[in-house]
Amino acid sequence: MKAAVELNNISRHYGEVRALDRISMVVNDGEFFSMLGPSGSGKTTCLRLIAGFEKPTDGTILIHSKDTTNVPPYERDVNTVFQDYALFPHMSNLENIEYGLKMKGVAKAERRQRAEEALTMVALPDFGSRRPSHLSGGQRQRIALARALVNRPRVLLLDEPLGALDLKLREQMQVELKTLQRKLGITFIYVTHDQGEALSMSDRVAVFNQGKIEQIDTPQNLYRKPSTIFVANFVGTANILQGQIAQELSGQSHPFSVRPEHIKFVDSNTAVDIIKLSGILIDMQYYGTHNRYEVEVAGDHRFTVEMACTEGNSKENLPQIGQTVIIGWSAASMVYLPES
Amino acid sequence: MKMTTSMIHLRQKLSTFLYRNSTLYLLILLIPPLLWFGIVYLGSLLALLTQSVYTFDDFSMSVLPTLTLQNYINLFGASNFDIVTRTFLMAAAVSIACSIVGFPIAYYMARYAVGWQKGFFYIAVLLPMWASYIVKAYSWTVILAKGGILYWFINRTGLTPVIDFLLSLPGVGGNTLSTSHLGRFLVFTYVWLPFMILPIQTSIERIHPNLLSASADLGAAPSQTFRTVLLPLAVPGIVAGSIFTFCLTFGDYIIPTLVGPSGFFIGTMVYTQQGAIGNMPMAAAFTVVPILVVGLYLTFAKRMGAFDAL
Repeated sequence: MKAAVELNNISRHYGEVRALDRISMVVNDGEFFSMLGPSGSGKTTCLRLIAGFEKPTDGTILIHSKDTTNVPPYERDVNTVFQDYALFPHMSNLENIEYGLKMKGVAKAERRQRAEEALTMVALPDFGSRRPSHLSGGQRQRIALARALVNRPRVLLLDEPLGALDLKLREQMQVELKTLQRKLGITFIYVTHDQGEALSMSDRVAVFNQGKIEQIDTPQNLYRKPSTIFVANFVGTANILQGQIAQELSGQSHPFSVRPEHIKFVDSNTAVDIIKLSGILIDMQYYGTHNRYEVEVAGDHRFTVEMACTEGNSKENLPQIGQTVIIGWSAASMVYLPES
Repeated sequence: MKMTTSMIHLRQKLSTFLYRNSTLYLLILLIPPLLWFGIVYLGSLLALLTQSVYTFDDFSMSVLPTLTLQNYINLFGASNFDIVTRTFLMAAAVSIACSIVGFPIAYYMARYAVGWQKGFFYIAVLLPMWASYIVKAYSWTVILAKGGILYWFINRTGLTPVIDFLLSLPGVGGNTLSTSHLGRFLVFTYVWLPFMILPIQTSIERIHPNLLSASADLGAAPSQTFRTVLLPLAVPGIVAGSIFTFCLTFGDYIIPTLVGPSGFFIGTMVYTQQGAIGNMPMAAAFTVVPILVVGLYLTFAKRMGAFDAL
């Protein structure tokens, strides 16, 4: 597989602060690649380095095998969709979309036609003559997308593009973005702090934490086989056990993680390969598709348990808050993690 | 003094009443400033406009409330029109020069200066405004005088032929720097520069840095970004600044008196008309000129789309 973007030992320091600390990664051509992490983890800095808005303190950046470390943004074959859209307020939507083509010296007739096509692609064909200020957030988002894509970049960078949209619109745009990416076959590098978004859209995800990459993997592997405690915690919900209790339960000194949906309420005569613990149910939350339970086990350990809401789980046979319960999980559902 | 229960009760009732009737509350707040603006500002302006259509009787040297357009017709008389064009050209030149000199300073202040630098720039721009403007104008007469520091500098750097050439140009020159249009232009540009820098700085500060990044991202070289994004979005600031520099030059009567060749400016003319002669109507007619010019300028700027991004 060909590489679209390669970062080799990239560091970016702001004075004493190490926004990025010697990270390396390879984004494949045509891939939907997400950079996931909490705010301040370095993911946006990483995107800005690929776009060329900033220069790395150290390391090299290759875009399509060409060293672009010192190439200014206006000479790079990448385009960016900004979190705040960054549409030019003094231009119409059509002028905004045409801008990149105009700067590259594309003839007026052709760029007009391509801009109209881009407007149609984002389903806003009649909005060309309006100003961005007359559009809703979702519509601006589409114009920003059209403005980037009209240049036919080989790599599209997206900086939390759906961050400002409400939930329903965000879900709809997620589907549209993914469909668009599949159709165009362009490499998407997508920055988000929303793990659900990263899991549902991406081919691969890089998890950032404190200027370093914790793991780069497929969404399935990130969830099933997190390689660090941070990833287990950040991607989905995890019950992480370490120290003495981990030793007692697993017989090994490593910390381990169990997903809430792998824990069940059991009784004392359930099969032996199930690890069992007794505790008190202290809270229950209803989520429509599932219930979430908080169970406190002796020694201040809290477990989150998730159970699907099915017909069989009627109110009577569900545990009640304050009740003593036995929780259990199979050894196969445990993921061992290195010490942090 | 202790507040009685009934007083507290009354206060609560009043607060509730005002809270519920927000229009009334706003009116109470706004009436004093509205009166001030209405009577003192607009009223006096209206009085001025009215004066400009009154008749000045040359024989009795008194103002008669007979309505006439003669004052405005007089504005187009050769000598008066000369004054208007002279002032207009100077105001335009000063505004253009201030925007050219002010823009980079404002740009730096808005984009790059942080921490102590920001404070330094603000003080550097504002400090000259704290000093009396008459003192500054007088100091310039010393700076520009023959044997003054500027001539000394010109001699030392061998620029004498250049300055001699500039002073020989009609409409620009004069006998010496301090009696030339060029000298007057320098003083005006110096004195009004802060009024140009601050509005431009504000307008550039309002441009989100991502817009400039986006422009570069879309393939625009820095010079293209400047032309197509930065400058158009800074235009409201330039327009606001140039209104200041324009009006201040138009109305000024001190600098034209101290520096530059003889010949009236609108400011000096107004001063003479209403002071020495007592011809208030003609002075008022002269005063209407800058108002009209700025009005036209704003209309033109709006037509050109200068305020579309606001």
